[in-house]
Amino acid sequence: MAYPIEIILNRQLADCLAIPVFITDTVGNLLFYNEPAEEILGKRYQDTGEMKVGEWSTIFLSKDEVGKLLEPEDLPLVKTLLNQLPYFKTFWIESLKGKSEKISVSSYPIIGRAGIFVGAVAIFWRPSDE
Amino acid sequence: MKITLWGVRGSIPTFNPSTRVYGGNTSCIEVEEDGCILVLDAGSGITNLNFSDNLECNRIDILLTHLHIDHIQGLSFFKPLFDPDKKVHIWGPRTHAHSLIARLGRYFSPPLSPFYFRDLTCQLEVHEIENSSFEIGPFTIQSAYVIHPGPTVGYRITSRSGVFTYIPDHEPALGRSGLNHDIRWLSGSELAFEADLLLHDAQYTAEDYKVKQGWGHSTMEDAVAYASLTKVKHLLLMHHDPTHSDAQLDACYAQLKEKTSYPFPFEMAVEGTVIEL
Repeated sequence: MAYPIEIILNRQLADCLAIPVFITDTVGNLLFYNEPAEEILGKRYQDTGEMKVGEWSTIFLSKDEVGKLLEPEDLPLVKTLLNQLPYFKTFWIESLKGKSEKISVSSYPIIGRAGIFVGAVAIFWRPSDE
Repeated sequence: MKITLWGVRGSIPTFNPSTRVYGGNTSCIEVEEDGCILVLDAGSGITNLNFSDNLECNRIDILLTHLHIDHIQGLSFFKPLFDPDKKVHIWGPRTHAHSLIARLGRYFSPPLSPFYFRDLTCQLEVHEIENSSFEIGPFTIQSAYVIHPGPTVGYRITSRSGVFTYIPDHEPALGRSGLNHDIRWLSGSELAFEADLLLHDAQYTAEDYKVKQGWGHSTMEDAVAYASLTKVKHLLLMHHDPTHSDAQLDACYAQLKEKTSYPFPFEMAVEGTVIEL
């Protein structure tokens, strides 16, 4: 069974971009991440393929500016999955190896012409003030 | 299932001595079984259909893949639309913003047309489809959005005699170098999978495609690779570029046969061909 065309087109766009892009299904399972996103995950898509939400969401920790762990529902992608709306937030991510990085995340729902919610996209940016 | 190719040219009707073999009419395919008729797209080829001869059920279903002009330009000349005794059903892709009737109405209105959509005198029903499944007479039909500029669907038509898939305008390699070999990531693959016959876009040569990426069409090489990935049993290449003469299409086909070795038969579609599944 093929993925919805909107998911496929988002992947084909992500393949062309130099910014990290993550594409999930409606419950957060990671369907695709592009090469720039591989740096953030520390994994390669060709090695992992798709990843269950419980697997990829624990690869890095999300923290606020004083180092406090963020609740999942504070994260843009999780909010997009819950509310089917776009969100934006700047926060810190810390890899399991302890490397910390300030990051801005924009997320948006993938809602096709038929008005059906089929997944979500998160784009990671390095904030311009750095 | 009897399939008649009334138009296999892409983009614009192209009638001149150099297109006599493959034909110059734009997309229109007739599918018949048990006296029930489907018309796939309403390009200029639709003018060759004669329903007074072969219509047993007093109903005609026109399945539009999309509303680019080469796929609807024959509608104004389709006599059953102006016959109060005929039931005509038009099926086409749904969009979020405008109804199918409103979008067809742009064509059926001045200055493009001397009359309005509301002036059609047949018993008309319009159906908006998306990733849908529906039945018409002996046919089970699956539609799905495929990669092409603007809302566009392909069709998979199943009857007791086989499966026929029609994707005349399609650029599955958009933004990539070649096709994704994981068919879950291949546009329209659920329509084409293991079809007995696939009629697919093959407008460009690889050289053409270098300057026409994003125009919504496939190279001949990608079309054949697509059929291989989706395990179709027979492929016909269509939507021939209007600038390609019969001689050029012959040369392209010879080159394609020489360069590739696929286990299924494939040919260039020729206007007027009748295929029985």
